[in-house]
Amino acid sequence: MRSIVKLATPVAAAALLLTACGGTTGGSTEEPSAGASSGSSCPEGLSIGFFGALTGPDANLGVNIRNGVDLAVTQHNAQDGACQVALEEYDSQGLPDQATGLATQAVRDENVLGVVGPAFSGESRVADPIFAEAGLVGITPSATNPSLAEQGWETFFRVLGNDATQGPAAASYITGTLGKQKVYVVDDASEYGKGLADLVRADLGAAKVKDNTVQKGQTDFSAVVADIRATGADAVFFGGYYAEAGLLAKQMRDAGLTSEQVAFVSDDGAKDNGFVTAAGQAAAEGTVFTCPCLPPDQAEGTFVQDYTDAYGTAPATYSAEGFDAANILLDGIADGSTTREDLLEFVKGYDEAGVTKQLTFDDKGEPSEISVWAYKVEGGQIVADQEIPAS
Amino acid sequence: MSTSTTSTTSPKPERRTLGERWADLPKPVKIVVWLAVALFFYALPLLNPPLLSTPESDFGSVMFTVASYALVALGLNIVLGYAGLLDLGYVGFYAIGAYTVGVFGSLHGSLPFWLLIVLAVCISTASGLLLGAPTLRVRGDYLAIVTLGFGEIIRLVALNSEWLNQSRGIQDIPRPPDITIGGEPVFEVPRLLWDGLTATVDLGNTSAFLEFGLLDGVPYYWLALSVIILVLLGDVLLQDSRVGRAWEATREDEEAAELNGVPTFRYKLLAFAMGAFIGGLSGALFAARQGAINPETFTVQLSMLFLAAVVVGGQGNRWGALVGAAVVAYLPERFREFADFRVVVFGLLLLLLANFRPQGLLPPRRARRAQRAGKRLAELEGTEEGARA
Amino acid sequence: MPGTSPPSPLEPNRVVPLSTFLNLTFTGLVVGAIYGLFALGYTLVYGVLRLINFAHSEVFMWGSFAAVWMMTLLNARAGSGGPAAVLYLLLALLAAMAVSGAVALLVERVAYRRLREKKSPPLVALISAIGASFMLSEIMGLRDRIAGWLNLDGVLGDYVRPARENTQFVNPLPNATLLDVGGFQVRSTQLIVLVAALAMMIALEQFVRRSRLGRGVRAVSQDAEAAALMGVDQKRVVQLTFLLGGLMAGAAALLYLMHIGVTRYNVGFILGIKAFTAAVLGGIGNIRGALLGGLVLGLAENYGSQLFGSAWKDVVSFLLLVVVLLFRPTGLLGESLGKARA
Repeated sequence: MRSIVKLATPVAAAALLLTACGGTTGGSTEEPSAGASSGSSCPEGLSIGFFGALTGPDANLGVNIRNGVDLAVTQHNAQDGACQVALEEYDSQGLPDQATGLATQAVRDENVLGVVGPAFSGESRVADPIFAEAGLVGITPSATNPSLAEQGWETFFRVLGNDATQGPAAASYITGTLGKQKVYVVDDASEYGKGLADLVRADLGAAKVKDNTVQKGQTDFSAVVADIRATGADAVFFGGYYAEAGLLAKQMRDAGLTSEQVAFVSDDGAKDNGFVTAAGQAAAEGTVFTCPCLPPDQAEGTFVQDYTDAYGTAPATYSAEGFDAANILLDGIADGSTTREDLLEFVKGYDEAGVTKQLTFDDKGEPSEISVWAYKVEGGQIVADQEIPAS
Repeated sequence: MSTSTTSTTSPKPERRTLGERWADLPKPVKIVVWLAVALFFYALPLLNPPLLSTPESDFGSVMFTVASYALVALGLNIVLGYAGLLDLGYVGFYAIGAYTVGVFGSLHGSLPFWLLIVLAVCISTASGLLLGAPTLRVRGDYLAIVTLGFGEIIRLVALNSEWLNQSRGIQDIPRPPDITIGGEPVFEVPRLLWDGLTATVDLGNTSAFLEFGLLDGVPYYWLALSVIILVLLGDVLLQDSRVGRAWEATREDEEAAELNGVPTFRYKLLAFAMGAFIGGLSGALFAARQGAINPETFTVQLSMLFLAAVVVGGQGNRWGALVGAAVVAYLPERFREFADFRVVVFGLLLLLLANFRPQGLLPPRRARRAQRAGKRLAELEGTEEGARA
Repeated sequence: MPGTSPPSPLEPNRVVPLSTFLNLTFTGLVVGAIYGLFALGYTLVYGVLRLINFAHSEVFMWGSFAAVWMMTLLNARAGSGGPAAVLYLLLALLAAMAVSGAVALLVERVAYRRLREKKSPPLVALISAIGASFMLSEIMGLRDRIAGWLNLDGVLGDYVRPARENTQFVNPLPNATLLDVGGFQVRSTQLIVLVAALAMMIALEQFVRRSRLGRGVRAVSQDAEAAALMGVDQKRVVQLTFLLGGLMAGAAALLYLMHIGVTRYNVGFILGIKAFTAAVLGGIGNIRGALLGGLVLGLAENYGSQLFGSAWKDVVSFLLLVVVLLFRPTGLLGESLGKARA
């Protein structure tokens, strides 16, 4: 008795499936998507995408950006008579191998007119070719590897300076403003950290005393600290993210290398409150970060206040860039660019003031106006120090 | 043991399981059924059935991922399931396959695609032999740790070697060549669109046969599925051969096997090399689909997922390995909203399976055979001892 | 990409000054002692059960969080010093050891006991432990979500967020330079860590060697069946073994925090592999071997970093492991928890 039921169930299910198919396959071939209508300026169901890590170990940066994008969309939709836009999230967990399916999904969803992201350089290399093939505009708020703009992807844009602008600025700040002569350059072997540190090395020239490479996730830097001491360096530049930067700074200070003796300079990937957490307030004090980003108080409008009201925390790394990138797309939609082709053209010709900078792109998709700022840790807070003049 | 009475649950001799009925079917019927099953899997991404399809990621791409995991699981199943060698660094072979295609296809050369695949398979097999020759002599649990170290070393070397482009990884990896007739695809297959339970054929949205574009994962899935079928055929032949029996003997009792004249070391090495072969093949396909690879893909965690696939499915059962791969690769994509919890769920699954169903979801035939034999023995002896087997 | 050519990994690293060599040696010993203490859990369990306790890494990780939370609870301030600082550290040590011990017992109960009673093959036990390890680490990584479900987010805010980021350990002891000879420095925290780790290990060895319970552990590891016949309660001994390993891992976690300063939900994985390497290096199952293996590993990592660059540190330790397993699979001191030598 039982075995008959066992067999019967799948058969019944298959039959059901077959009738479901057979009943309808003969008929219509129309596309149900709304994107096809041409007359109205605002088709229903439009959306923009966010592409980056929302879960997993790298979720912190992704959530910062997503909140910025979300704020922009909310503000856009709240305007009178605004063309309503939804936000599609593509949570890549920062992993390139997840990016293929998600990028394809974004491309296949005809309601998605543009994407903010991908957030990291690694996933960009997988997702951006797919966007380029489909003519879907992608504005990254955080992937800073210079080579991304050199691939001939017509749909690639970014709203922040790449590492090629930050590297020379960091080098000139260390040797010029800080007046250091013996710089020890460490990177974390990541695409971002290593790429940036190599640029700094090139620009430091003879002022670089030694290189070293650590690994993401490494926690014990005692060998590096011993080596820094041995070389008699008077400054350390770290290319990488805040977790390792903070621990290296702490272990240097713990080993008695004070901030007067050896300055610690790092990059925008380390410019995060997580740095102060990892280093501890005492060891973090006096650390300098370079960042191709304007300080929030330089931003016009109410972005900082709005963001804080909406999410209960102050905007963090790349939130403002995410906000800007989303606003470019939303302005395009408000302007009536409601197809992918139109929106791509709109973004190419965009020239408006954003929260972080004047937003306009050159023919490679790089932002035209970039200023690099130095930030400093003072009393456990990361505050703006000065703009680093272009050298 | 508990005092539950086995007499009520013990099968009567004439009652037959589904598997036995299946075994008695005439051969043509079997072949027809197999063809139907294969056809169903080929058609799956185009049928795009509502409950099965992945709402938040492209179904064709996900199916490719599932297929490449399935291929890996088949390879690891030979190592772990047949030969009983715990390899915690299996991702190393996957990485070697992927990097071979990247290095000789894009970074330091531009060999044609099919040659790259052959090269990838050769190099990963050779690395399997090189790693296996010294390490297979160490104890089983030490082997696990040595292979874990091997997997990490492969990743760290890729991450830190200038020649392998460090963390930048490799881009512009060649795709499989399109096979077309006069620039047109051989044929195109339309997809189904679902609205609730009613389906419509979407003629505007087709997948081209043997045309490997960037936007469509389906042709890659078909390629991977075809490779899986070939590997499965080889797997069936191998397991029923002398080699398969030698592996079984080695796994169950190495010393007894050795005493009976089985050169266990050589067979273990063979299993290791076969596993490396399939792992490398899968890695090569992955690189070709992905177009860009970098070292952060090939972490120990991926090794653990591969292991989970084989263990969940049932070590030693090729169908189990396939089911396990589907569980490990497909479920997190289907239920993306729970993506954050997938590692917890895997952990729980491994823990529960190890404790309550160590043979996996689909135990190998041998285990079921042993169980039945044990039960019969128990009946004969009138004790419950045998039921434990 | 523009840039100077990075150093080749095998570039000879000039002449290393004596002070650097001494610094590398001393800090290597400090880290090595932590590895050794952590490795005891692997060695003890292996000695008694002949199983690799893959979940031991998460026992360590939970202990480290217990110490961090204890400091948050006490509202300790960094470097405040005084007798209060010593008391705080002792409380943190207690918390770490208690939590680690409890988690170790939990692992034994959930991941091992049933399998042991069924006499499952070691592979199944290893997979069970891998499962337990995944769960323990991810539960810590998801603690903010879990607190959210339980509506405890408001109460536990400081303890659960951000769940996937580094969490800071506040060390109330000031860190003074005790010795500075031509660039070779000894700092007070480092010395405390080294001495404390050695003291814990000696205490454990004495316990296993001299106490009645310890004799039971040795008896079971020598010959489980004979021990059972002689009336040793095997279940008790196994529990005790896990507990001892857990307590030591808790102590190692506190010392690690004093040395490094932060912890994270996934900190256990790589450290666990290092500690296991240390246990194998010295001869798994051998208590003194764990210490020796830890120290050798710590030194090898530091010297290797100096020679080949820090990027190759983990490669050095994995290669060391592979080479030892191939050429001297019983480790430097041999595998003998039961033998008189241990």
